[in-house]
This record gives sequence, structure tokens and C-alpha cells, in this order.
Amino acid sequence: MTMQDLMFYFFAALTLLFGVLVVVNPFSRNPITSAMFLVLTIASMAGLFVLLHAFFLAAVQVLVYAGAVIVLFLFVIMLLDVKEEERRKLKLAGLITGVAAVAAVLGIFLKVFSLGRTGLAANAAAAPLEGGTAPLGKLLFTEYLLPFEILSVLLLVAMVGVILLSKKDLR
Amino acid sequence: MAWLDNLSATQQFVLFSAIKIACVIGVLMPLFAYTVMAERRISAWIQDRIGPNRVGPFGLLQPMADGLKALLKEDFCPGHARKIYFWLAPAITVIPALLTIAVIPFGSKLGNQSMVIADLNVGILYTFGIVSLGVYGIVLAGYAANSKYPFLGGIRSSAQMISYEIAMGMSVIPVFMLVGSLNLSAVIGYQTGGLFSWLVFKQPLAFFIFMVSAFAETNRFPFDLPESEQELVGGYNTEYSSMKFAMFFMGEYFNMIASSAMMVTLFLGGWTLPFFGLDQPATTVGMGLLHIGIFFGKVIALLGLTIWVRWMWPRFRYDQLMDLGWRRFLPLALVNIVITAVILWMRS
Repeated sequence: MTMQDLMFYFFAALTLLFGVLVVVNPFSRNPITSAMFLVLTIASMAGLFVLLHAFFLAAVQVLVYAGAVIVLFLFVIMLLDVKEEERRKLKLAGLITGVAAVAAVLGIFLKVFSLGRTGLAANAAAAPLEGGTAPLGKLLFTEYLLPFEILSVLLLVAMVGVILLSKKDLR
Repeated sequence: MAWLDNLSATQQFVLFSAIKIACVIGVLMPLFAYTVMAERRISAWIQDRIGPNRVGPFGLLQPMADGLKALLKEDFCPGHARKIYFWLAPAITVIPALLTIAVIPFGSKLGNQSMVIADLNVGILYTFGIVSLGVYGIVLAGYAANSKYPFLGGIRSSAQMISYEIAMGMSVIPVFMLVGSLNLSAVIGYQTGGLFSWLVFKQPLAFFIFMVSAFAETNRFPFDLPESEQELVGGYNTEYSSMKFAMFFMGEYFNMIASSAMMVTLFLGGWTLPFFGLDQPATTVGMGLLHIGIFFGKVIALLGLTIWVRWMWPRFRYDQLMDLGWRRFLPLALVNIVITAVILWMRS
């Protein structure tokens, strides 16, 4: 087992551990604590990206998710009534839908895994895995230009929608 | 140095990295202490006071007295505070500030070691990632204290830092369009050969937006609304005392130093000077040390500017601050990107 393998298992274990602590933390039902564990989950995932030499993805992961999205989570949580969330009991319906969702994701995962590793490995060998910024940018603006543009339009639509919702008397 | 050659490449890398980290922290600590000192003396000079001049010759030992005082004061934790976050928040404030410095090239070469702790190919993205984590310390401090004023300070700070991060990120994009790389050593390499190849002359608007956003990111005047003594009694650090309070102070000054170092690297040519061939990597130890000296000289000059700005301008109002970030700087930065792109396209 090389150093890289060890690091992989270390970061993977951390990601899973923190991920579990986000949803079922035995010590605290405080949403702020959950959000902070989500930050740690994302940081460990960035570690996994670094091990894949995808430095750009790792940096963007920390920058966008840990640095901006979860700060906004915190912002919203602080403006809400946190006490109510702490008092809330686990609901049966929530439990069932949650377990079903996890089971579905697990099913897809197992399905992919059972497809055999040969196909996956062949694909991985064909594509250059070095995640430099320049090759990524080139791919985004040549091969994946259409999906990229569609995504940006989608984000624009979401933004316009939010503005429309937040300003009720828009006239 | 036979034992040094016997080590493997990895071992040498680890050894030299550890030495560099130790040296950088060893320089940062006194730099922090004397920036605080300089701030107090300059503010006194601007306001026609005398300032701290009692401890040691010219008051030069004042930082040590301050440090000792911070350590010896009672460390009080209010009963209604959330203990864990109350303890964690000061540390979370200091760590990102220190991590930012890791990618900044603070000199050219000493021997055959390049003077940067981690020469990442995504240097600037790493920096922005870490800087964006800096907000947690302040937000958590505001939350942990569990009282009104710190809470308002924390909320203000999170909104302010996210807003200005965007303007800051957009303002440096033209720099990287010109350089063609995110690596900070490459940015310095681009700025060699003549004073006017410094990016501050090629991208003055980018430099201005970056500098003002950096003031806002480090919660310095005229953007120190999270602290805002008159309305918020000190904001997020109201409930803190002794060493924990000192750590917030340390975080703020480390951030100042890091942002100054970043500005020097991105816009002011880093460790280079356009005279006497000082813009080429050093071949002798003396030249290497001189480059490090030049870098710190520039950083100290920018720190002086930051301190001067603090005592010269009044504080913004909160709506003015948001207006400036979103409706002035962001469009200006976007226009700057488009203009740079058009010029590059015409030239090619």
C-alpha cells in the first residue's frame, strides 16, 4: 500500500465520518454544528480531488462550497429560529423518505459497480486525468461548450426567479 | 553537507519546507507585533498625540508588554456563550490568514531552493479558497457570544466578505488573462523587464478594485463595519478578553500582511526591482537575501498605506458599502475583463 492509497483511505474515511455527523450528530441537534460539519466534509472531499491531481477542482470546491454556499447557509440559519429546529422530533415520513433516497443512490452505485471495472478502467486510461486549469478551460470552451452555456442560462433563470420571488411588488 | 546529499528527494523537500515554514512564521510574528506598534504611533502622529513611547527606547518594547498583558489578563467566558464555538472562533480566524501566505513567493532563490513554501499551479485559486474560509472565524465568534451586538457584527461581516470576495475575484481575472497562468511565480516572471511591465501600470483599475476589496475583506477601515465601535461596541469581539481577543487582533493583522503580500506579488512585481538586473532569479546568496529584502520592503510600504488609509477616512454606512461592492466595483471589474479580452484579441 503506497502513501497515496493511505491518504485516499484517510480522506475517504473523514468525508464519510463528517458526512454522517452532518445528518445524525449524537451530541448536538444544532443546525450550525451540522453546517460546520458540512464544511469539513467538503474540505475532505477537496483532499480527495488533490489526490487525483485535480487541483483546480479542489480549489474551486473549497472556494465555492466551503467559502460561499455554506456561509450563506449559516447566514440563513442564524436568521431563523434555531431553537425550534432543536426541539423538533424525528418524523416517520421524513425517516422513510430519507432512507428511500439513500437506498436509491446506493442501488445506482451498486449497479455501476456491478457493470464491471474493465470498462471504467479503460475509459480512465484514455482521458488525461491531470486536472490543470488550462486543459479544463479548453475542454469547456470546445467540446463541452453547449452544456456549459446551458448551465449558465439555467443559473441565470434561477437568479431571475429569485429576484421575482423576493420582490413581490415588482412594477 | 554530505548528510544532506544522502537524503532522498522527498526527505530534502520535507526538510526544506519545514525550514521555510519556520522562517516565515519567525518573520511574521515580529512583523505583526511591529505593525500594531506602527499603527499606534502613526495614528498618534496623525491625530497630533504622542502615542506609546514609555516601554524601552522610543517605545520599541511596547509589543512585548502588550503580548504579556494579553497572556496575563483574566480569560473570561460569559455564562451564556456557546463554549465550543467561543473557543474555536479565535483559532479559526488566525489559521486561514497563515495558510494564505504559503503560496506567495517571498524571494527568488537561496542556493537552489526557490523561496516559496508551496509553488502551486493554481496558486491564486488556492488563495481565494482560503481567504473565503476566513469569514467563519468572525461569523462563529458572533454566533458563539450569544448576544445582540456580536451577532449583528457576525451577520454584517458575512454579507460584507461574500460581497467583496466577488469583486476581488473578478478584479484579478484580467491579470491572469495577460499572464496566461494562475501560478504566482509565473505572474512575477511576467512583470520583469522595466518598471512599466508591472501589472499596476498595465491594470490600474484592477489594482484599485483589488486593493479596496482587500481592505473590505480584512475588515479594515473604512470598511470595519463588523467591529464598528460606536454602534456595535466592538462587534464580534465584544465578549472576548485576554489572549482570545489578542488572537482576533492577530488574525486581522496577519490578513493585512497576507493581502499586502498578495498585492505586491500580483501588481507590484513581487521580489523584483527593474534596476541593476534585480529582476532575474538570484545566483548568489547575497542577491537572494536582497530579493527577500525588496519583497518585505514593498510589503511594509503597503502596510503603511493601509494604516494611513485607516486614520484618514471616515467609516462607510452599511448601505453605501453594499452599493459600492455590488453596483460599482462588480460592473467595473466585468467591464475591465471585457476590455482586456478585446485588446488581447485585437493584438493576436
